[in-house]
Amino acid sequence: MRSVAKSALLDPIVDDNPVTLHVLGICSALAVTTSLLPSLYMCVALTVVSSLANASVSAIRRVLPGSIRIIVQMTIIASLVIVVDESLQAFAFKTSRELSVFVGLIITNCIVLGRTESFASKNPVGLSFLDGLGNGLGYSVILILVATSRELLGKGTLLGYTIFPSVADGGWYNPNGMMLLPPSAFFVIGLIIWAVRSWKVEQVEEPEFLIHEVHRTEVH
Amino acid sequence: MPEVPREPKRGNDSVPRTLLVALLVSLVCSSLVASAAVVLKPLQVANELLDVRKNILEVAGMFDPEGDINELFESVEPRVVELDTGAYRDDIDADEFDPEKARKDPDTSSVVPPELDVARVGRRANQALVYLVREQDEVTRIILPISGYGLWSTMYGFVALEADANTVADIVFYSHGETAGIGDFVSKPGWRSLWPGKRVYDGEGELRLRIIKGRVSADDPLADYQVDGVSGATLTGNGVSNLLRYWLGDHGFGPYLDKVRGGGPS
Amino acid sequence: MSGHYAELFIKAVFVENLALSFFLGMCTFLAVSKRIETAFGLGAAVIVVQFITVSANTLLYNYVLKEGALAWAGLPELDLSFLGLVTYIGVIAAIVQILEMVLDRYFPRLFHALGIYLPLITVNCAILGGTLFAVERDYTMAESAVFSIGGGFGWALALVGLAGIREKLKYSDVPAGLQGLGITFIIVGLMSLGFMAFAGVQL
Repeated sequence: MRSVAKSALLDPIVDDNPVTLHVLGICSALAVTTSLLPSLYMCVALTVVSSLANASVSAIRRVLPGSIRIIVQMTIIASLVIVVDESLQAFAFKTSRELSVFVGLIITNCIVLGRTESFASKNPVGLSFLDGLGNGLGYSVILILVATSRELLGKGTLLGYTIFPSVADGGWYNPNGMMLLPPSAFFVIGLIIWAVRSWKVEQVEEPEFLIHEVHRTEVH
Repeated sequence: MPEVPREPKRGNDSVPRTLLVALLVSLVCSSLVASAAVVLKPLQVANELLDVRKNILEVAGMFDPEGDINELFESVEPRVVELDTGAYRDDIDADEFDPEKARKDPDTSSVVPPELDVARVGRRANQALVYLVREQDEVTRIILPISGYGLWSTMYGFVALEADANTVADIVFYSHGETAGIGDFVSKPGWRSLWPGKRVYDGEGELRLRIIKGRVSADDPLADYQVDGVSGATLTGNGVSNLLRYWLGDHGFGPYLDKVRGGGPS
Repeated sequence: MSGHYAELFIKAVFVENLALSFFLGMCTFLAVSKRIETAFGLGAAVIVVQFITVSANTLLYNYVLKEGALAWAGLPELDLSFLGLVTYIGVIAAIVQILEMVLDRYFPRLFHALGIYLPLITVNCAILGGTLFAVERDYTMAESAVFSIGGGFGWALALVGLAGIREKLKYSDVPAGLQGLGITFIIVGLMSLGFMAFAGVQL
């Protein structure tokens, strides 16, 4: 793969992750992650929408009038989301119920709109498709991490299969109920961010106010 | 950025051009969306039906993961019942009857008066579906749809009664929003297994079935009418008791069950 | 009857808080919560936009999109609900645009205070989310009104609360990896836990 294409595809996974660095697409990352299976569906849905939307917007970027740019992007994204939503209802009925409104919310998912606006409108189709795919993958990595921790620690299962047999079923694991409640999603992502930023120190934010003595020779 | 962003050509922003692009985008998107919706609709409807039937087969004790759901459902007979009188409404096609629609349509439903609305259902349709499980023409189980408010939102389920319309055979809650790890006991097999054999009405016809706080003690004279509660989930348990009180009582299927016990509609 | 609406309002603000229970509008929530003044501004804008858009979309759903909704136009068989998503977002974008123009023309002071937040609001999941919940739960016009104001108010409340905490946190010694975004997530998690205490409140 040419390095530009490779960078479009792989950067968003850790170095340029839409969730942990750009704070995009958080809403659904938190809400659907109580189980791994719906999260996987969500990852696929978002990646499909993101790559196809990027490709479509890129294809018409030269003829799109500036005044209707945003609304056209939104229409394309919304149409793709509807198709994905209808397909989910047709082929994975039970899971679509669990995902309820969150598939629809892919429309306002900052990742998708953010990429169509900042990347696809200025880059060729193939590259834009890869960028959409890459961002979808970056999002998926985070979602899978969060969902795995929450389902495993919260229920002792993964994809419905028992990994830690729970006390109620005669096993040893006392499921941590809090992992299935909304607050745990925030905690898990906070911890993931901490881990990533300890590894990739360049992502650390500068504190707004430093309480320490500044020597005259130091420049901050 | 691999390419210097170019300014859009002047011609793009002209009014006719803008309108043309808008029109084309709308056409393409709407055809895409409409075809997806139309093509996929039959599949969605079939799936929804399958889902409802699976839940009913579960509570009928007939669910077989290997079997074909529609085939197994042949032994289940849906009937429409007039709630106030308890009589069958065979003039209404049970396969076409949509309970949700009936509940919302002001012509076929009514608001439940607050003093009667223990399950906080808000509205009640005038008719409801019941499912009769038959083995060789004999009714072995009567399955009733139930719903009511728990702690966070409405819980939906089915309760299966034996042919005497008084003993519980099974109960299943297929949809609820109760607290994960605590209130979700309503969908756990352990709690479900406490129900078979419990009675609804006592000798005087009083509705006694309810969830209690803590474990049912075997020497309690009312033990047959009680089911264990879960500590920390009292409100969810109350929700279950309330919805049973409503649907098995006079404003729910009470009149129908009276008729069944009296040898009436069968 | 008023008890029902009061309960709906309280639920929308506390128990089913759009930000803390459903995680809606997180992107802007985390970005704008650094200072209390900006939080107030965005919060106020969200309440207003939420009310107008949820009401408009509920109207559209009930009279145009729902199955049988077009009975008044002689087309009772039509079910256009699959067009819902694209219609709602179009309506939201249009209403926000109009609101911006109206404010700019007739209430310039207000426009200067709130105007910059309005484009942010179009893509705020909380706005679309509010509409989707109201439609999914089949609210009447009155219920939509109460739900939208409550929902917007709850979101704003959480936002201002978070801004207050973050302002205080400016002077704290946060570990480097948690600085900024990380610690904000932990705080929001704790706030979310706190708001859950309102469950089971019955009026």
